[in-house]
Amino acid sequence: MAQQRVPTTPTTNHENRAFWEAADEQQFMIGHCRACNEPHFYPRALCPFCFSDETELRQASGEGHIYAVSVMRRAPVPYALAYVTLAEGPVMMTNIVNCDFDALAIGQAVEVTFQASEDGTKVPVFQPV
Amino acid sequence: MTASKAYIAGAFEHPTRKAEGKSLAQLYGEVAKGALEDAGLTHHDVDGFFCDTEAPGLGPLSLVDYLGLNVRHVDNTDTGGSAYLLHVAHAAQAIAAGKCSVALIVLAGRPRTSGQNAEPPVDWNVPDMTFELPYGPLVVNTYGLCASRHMYEYGTTSEQLAWIKVAASHHASHNPNAMLRKIVTVEDVLESPMISDPLHRLDCCVVSDGGGALLVVSEEIARELKRPKVRLIGSGEAVKHQNGGRIDLSHSAATEAGKIAFGEARITPADIKYASIYDSFTITLLMQIEDLGLCQKGKGGAFVADGGLISGQGRLAVNTDGGGLCNNHPNNRGGITKIIEAVRQLRGEAHSAVQVPNCDLALASGMGGWMGSRHGSGVVILERAD
Repeated sequence: MAQQRVPTTPTTNHENRAFWEAADEQQFMIGHCRACNEPHFYPRALCPFCFSDETELRQASGEGHIYAVSVMRRAPVPYALAYVTLAEGPVMMTNIVNCDFDALAIGQAVEVTFQASEDGTKVPVFQPV
Repeated sequence: MTASKAYIAGAFEHPTRKAEGKSLAQLYGEVAKGALEDAGLTHHDVDGFFCDTEAPGLGPLSLVDYLGLNVRHVDNTDTGGSAYLLHVAHAAQAIAAGKCSVALIVLAGRPRTSGQNAEPPVDWNVPDMTFELPYGPLVVNTYGLCASRHMYEYGTTSEQLAWIKVAASHHASHNPNAMLRKIVTVEDVLESPMISDPLHRLDCCVVSDGGGALLVVSEEIARELKRPKVRLIGSGEAVKHQNGGRIDLSHSAATEAGKIAFGEARITPADIKYASIYDSFTITLLMQIEDLGLCQKGKGGAFVADGGLISGQGRLAVNTDGGGLCNNHPNNRGGITKIIEAVRQLRGEAHSAVQVPNCDLALASGMGGWMGSRHGSGVVILERAD
């Protein structure tokens, strides 16, 4: 396996800190609205669909498939930027890791894993199943 | 809104592509002067001022001061590279509301000389930043995501995308100011280094210094001027985003903006004789040409292939100045040059090798921000009005 790009450590705030604390415990969360019962990503205080403030984090299955992928070749360490469609519905931006970049394909099944960022904080990423 | 009574009376593209020995403010001054001279107006006539949020100073304040303007209307709407399309529309609206009668729209920048890149500064207050920056999204790889999805859904190929660059290079070969004047082939594009799949180096636009300016004026002012008249007959703007995770990379905001603009102009895409379409990357142009209805959705690849965009021989003349891909992309924002070339075509002042005969209806379309995450589209439809 070639060298892997180390994710940038996210700077957090009061609104998004719980997501990153969970990620650091290797729990992958998505936003959920108790008022309209719809999942959303990225998680936020107001539901983007019904504007209720009754949102919460819920643990997701961590399963999904690749919606779109682009391997950044002209980087010091090449990496795969992707959108993954989660089993729960929302599509999220992420990286595909532990893989052969040339074999990545849209529709491919992937699962969540966690990668240490620059300061060691874990970031959810995905790998082929 | 009914058909506007606003006219583009002045248009100027700075000839420089590498502005060594000039300050940024000086470039703004030169493009403003160029547009005013083109129109036959003076800076005392300007009463409305439009710039983006990257202009030096707080909003429009420092530039209005530097240029010695006395204005009663300002606007620094910013949607990235498409902002100037919105500025033209907003200027027409301000003129219709009686807020100004001579609106100056300016853009300048020197990213090539200063080494400043197209990525915005990191601001963790941006709500999406925390959830995306860890993964390394850049301008080029987020457009790469769109291209990968378009290929998957519609069977678009790298060869088809390459034809967009080939057409731009044919046009740029006639433009003495263009950064890249050498005609390239599909093979040249495919053999250039892969930057972010499936986009090669030659699928990307140039990085250039320079800028441009436009003057949008009321009918009363336009009537007194001697230059050929170009009237704004329709405009539309739209923002598209991730929609809480219900992401759709197959369509851009140009779908909505185009519908609004064509509805206002009361014409159809088939009426358009010339189109300036934002080409930060080949895929940017391809998606807009479909979303604007200039060809069938998903069939853009076949439309642009085999010289489909080359003036005089293709299906529709597009970006006859060489576009952002070969001519100019000042300050990493290509919207204003799109409008300027459309004005040249309507005036009959494009290079004779690329001038569309009897060009009386033109469209300019801009795409700002990141088509793969959140972006703003601006469309204007212009007619020759003699």
